[in-house]
Amino acid sequence: MSATAGESEEFAVRDVINRTLGEEMERDDRVYIQGIDVSGRGGTSNILKGLDDRFGTDRVRNTPISEVSMVGSALGAAATGMRPVVEVMYCGFLGVAGDQLLNQVAKMRYMFGGELDLPMVIRTKNVMGANAAAQHSQALHHWLAAIPGLKVVCTSTPADTKGLLKAAVRSDDPVMVFEHGGVYNRKAPVPTEDYQYEIGKAAIERRGEDVTVVATQNQLWNALEAAERLASDGISVEVVNPRTISPLDTETIVESARKTGRCVVVDDTPLSYGTQSQLSAVISEGAFWDLDLPVKRLGVDNVPIPFSPTLEDEIIPGTDEIVDEILDLA
Amino acid sequence: MSSQGERSEEIADQERIDMLRTMVRIREFESVVQNKFADAEIPGFLHLYIGQEAIATGVCQALTERDYLTSTHRGHGHCIARGLDTDKMAAELYGKETGYCNGKGGSMHIADVNAGMLGANGIVAGGIPIATGAALSAKMRDTDEVAVSFFGDGALSEGAFHESFNQAGIWELPLLGIIENNQYGEMTGLEEHHPPSALDDLTIYGEPYGVTRIQVDGMDVEAVYEATLDAVDQARNGGGPSLIECVGYRFEGHHEGDSQFYRPDGELEEWKQRDPLSTYPEKLIGEGVLTEDGYAEIEAEIEAEIEDAIEFARNSDYPDPQQAYEGVFSDGGEQA
Repeated sequence: MSATAGESEEFAVRDVINRTLGEEMERDDRVYIQGIDVSGRGGTSNILKGLDDRFGTDRVRNTPISEVSMVGSALGAAATGMRPVVEVMYCGFLGVAGDQLLNQVAKMRYMFGGELDLPMVIRTKNVMGANAAAQHSQALHHWLAAIPGLKVVCTSTPADTKGLLKAAVRSDDPVMVFEHGGVYNRKAPVPTEDYQYEIGKAAIERRGEDVTVVATQNQLWNALEAAERLASDGISVEVVNPRTISPLDTETIVESARKTGRCVVVDDTPLSYGTQSQLSAVISEGAFWDLDLPVKRLGVDNVPIPFSPTLEDEIIPGTDEIVDEILDLA
Repeated sequence: MSSQGERSEEIADQERIDMLRTMVRIREFESVVQNKFADAEIPGFLHLYIGQEAIATGVCQALTERDYLTSTHRGHGHCIARGLDTDKMAAELYGKETGYCNGKGGSMHIADVNAGMLGANGIVAGGIPIATGAALSAKMRDTDEVAVSFFGDGALSEGAFHESFNQAGIWELPLLGIIENNQYGEMTGLEEHHPPSALDDLTIYGEPYGVTRIQVDGMDVEAVYEATLDAVDQARNGGGPSLIECVGYRFEGHHEGDSQFYRPDGELEEWKQRDPLSTYPEKLIGEGVLTEDGYAEIEAEIEAEIEDAIEFARNSDYPDPQQAYEGVFSDGGEQA
């Protein structure tokens, strides 16, 4: 997907996470993993499978079901010389660790005068379309992005998963990495070299002239499919992947909006107060005089995610809805 | 009250004098800032440690500079016992840029990570998971460092306590939990926070986690010191976590300005009979470790030190408003 020179190999996102963490643990023995069932099963999505055999259960450390302690002890370890990577099974479970995220992890460096490095990563996943019902299905990256002091990354493709995860592990700041259950099995070429994608830098995944679609994770794949479908109708769609939600690369997004003059923003957060509001505001502020029409927002309707397939499908936008919004603007 | 084993060696005279000096420093610092707060020189909230000096002092005396600690919203005593500089502490209370946190933390958030002081904390039990992580890190880095977390009796009701001690128990981490039982959780008495079965011994909360449980008189600095030494020895030698309940009393309100409506008549006066700032100097003088004059000298010296600290704070600059945007992340900048 992302244009890269040099060698590449095709991998699924899930395998990229495993390989990347393995490489980082190989490179730096301060990096360790903790979470529920991370050893043995390899975490709830089996993503970490085999890392315990390679690095031992001291560095792939099963915790009790204790999100407060899991996140808080990672903070303490990060403050005293380690580089923890925590897996929180589902993003909804971040709520259990609320104080540690909101009041401790996010504020410790600033509150203590700015000198303290806190090199820690919290990996979690957004889930949509899995019929897992409301507590196991939702997207919450907008919620964490609203807390100053946390960096928030959304991985979407195999290539950005590698580049962003490496940057997150090597960052001296706490980084929340939101994966997405719907993209774990997506495959694409991944550069074999060791590289990082800057946290705070968006990517143009597809060049186009008529309409800009800013999309994350599963919706990025839907947007690319929509662009492909519309290309045969002579509509040229530019697809922007923000990669990180906080900090947000407003420059790349606004530049694309100014070029096309028409924008759709889409991801899996709820429409009210989701990332769409921030993206839309940023585009309106930065590209107002170049916009032909108001920014269109697409997201999950404002209900908890229901269980039954027909109900769940009803509220989550897909490729067809993205196509419709683009056609409305084009 | 102390239930730890008898130690064979006696505490050296110098250590006893050092502990007295630390307690005097805490009491003097807090008495002075109490006045400055009343005079509206110090903004924000102020939670005083007066009455509890023997706890921080005894615990920190048993630590080395390579150990870690986390503190509470009532953290001045822990910071001073840890050896933090009273100039920079006072400046932080005044919101000045020369303070420990450059004026970003204030009374409730003083930290000096280079001194192993991982922060005072405005959230009850909030520091316990962090200390657990420091203990984990110490173990993973194969050092003999220990991590100590101070918290109040109120923190025993928080999930963070239970999650942390469960984790520390399972992983046999070098973690010491110091329960500062000052009889009140904010403005509610102990008996409304805990079941009757726990009131006589709050370390019972550590029982399922397999920690070593010790209860000591929190008004007796030497008892606290000796209990902590035992727990530190155990932790350094791979023996896992301990929970030490220090039974004491908070002489002031939850925060300055608290009317203390909840305090029964006579209770404060009764506890003040056991004020460690009276009993300990009397003891040392009585045993010939210190003379009356020697004690007066210590008091005068520390009075001058705190006076200087207040002057330092007063004469320091407020941070430039632009500094509000600095220090969020490692590149020094703010969030885009």
